[in-house]
Amino acid sequence: MDDPQLVAALRAGDEIAFREVVAGYHAAMVRVASFYVQSRAVAEDVVQETWLAVLEGLDRFEGRSSLKTWVFRILANRARTRGTRERRSVPFSSMADDSDEPGIPPTRFRPATDRWPGHWAEPPRPWNDVPAEKLEGGETRALVFDAIRTLPPSQRDVIALRDVEGWSAEEVCSVLGLSEGNQRVLLHRARTRVRAALERHFATVVTA
Amino acid sequence: MSYEDFPCREAVDLVTDYLEGVLQGEDRATLERHLAWCDWCATYFDQMRETIRLAGSLREEDIAAPVMDSLVAAYREMHWPTSR
Repeated sequence: MDDPQLVAALRAGDEIAFREVVAGYHAAMVRVASFYVQSRAVAEDVVQETWLAVLEGLDRFEGRSSLKTWVFRILANRARTRGTRERRSVPFSSMADDSDEPGIPPTRFRPATDRWPGHWAEPPRPWNDVPAEKLEGGETRALVFDAIRTLPPSQRDVIALRDVEGWSAEEVCSVLGLSEGNQRVLLHRARTRVRAALERHFATVVTA
Repeated sequence: MSYEDFPCREAVDLVTDYLEGVLQGEDRATLERHLAWCDWCATYFDQMRETIRLAGSLREEDIAAPVMDSLVAAYREMHWPTSR
């Protein structure tokens, strides 16, 4: 079913169509929400609320964006609001904003006075020696999850949709209202930070 | 452009533009020459690809049956209310 057909079916009370939409989006919605809030339970709650808002708003949906974009925009707004409310009462580490972006620490490169200015002083160690069970293990996945969760919000939004959910740049720009260039900058910063977190994590095993 | 004129620090800054396919023409060729030459930057680029892959590995699991049931119940209630 294409979008207009799907929306018509949902408005008509087609339960099979509804199940199809929920099955297609729900897991991704819970994951996206869980980057904003403290617990899985709260994320599930936000998603339930979002579905109800979607059902209530369906008659007003004009099809200017895709159904998916529309649903995730509602979700992102609600999750962000809930996350902000939580952080007022619970200390949370991700209060950094997008300014003063260090990227890779400058000290890892040779100084301007060096014979090879700007080349690696402290190069990355390959991860080839990381044992597969460590590389693919739950600990690594938990670390990636935490690294994403504690990113500045706009970076977190972009990497969660692009790299975790595998959306296209166009879809992400449409949901988050970003230009392509801005989306790419945020994605670059987010990936740089997550890679650095993995590097620190793997450094404990690749001590050769 | 020689290797000295294109330091690693600039190469790693281009990783996202490169992987996103927006780095084209001479800039792309210059970066690729650097990567062919510099194992360290090649490692860095591999690690970025690995980071993306690991982020994607967070994506699994389907919706739990009870959650689906309660959502369908809410949907049904909206269209065919059982009681008012």
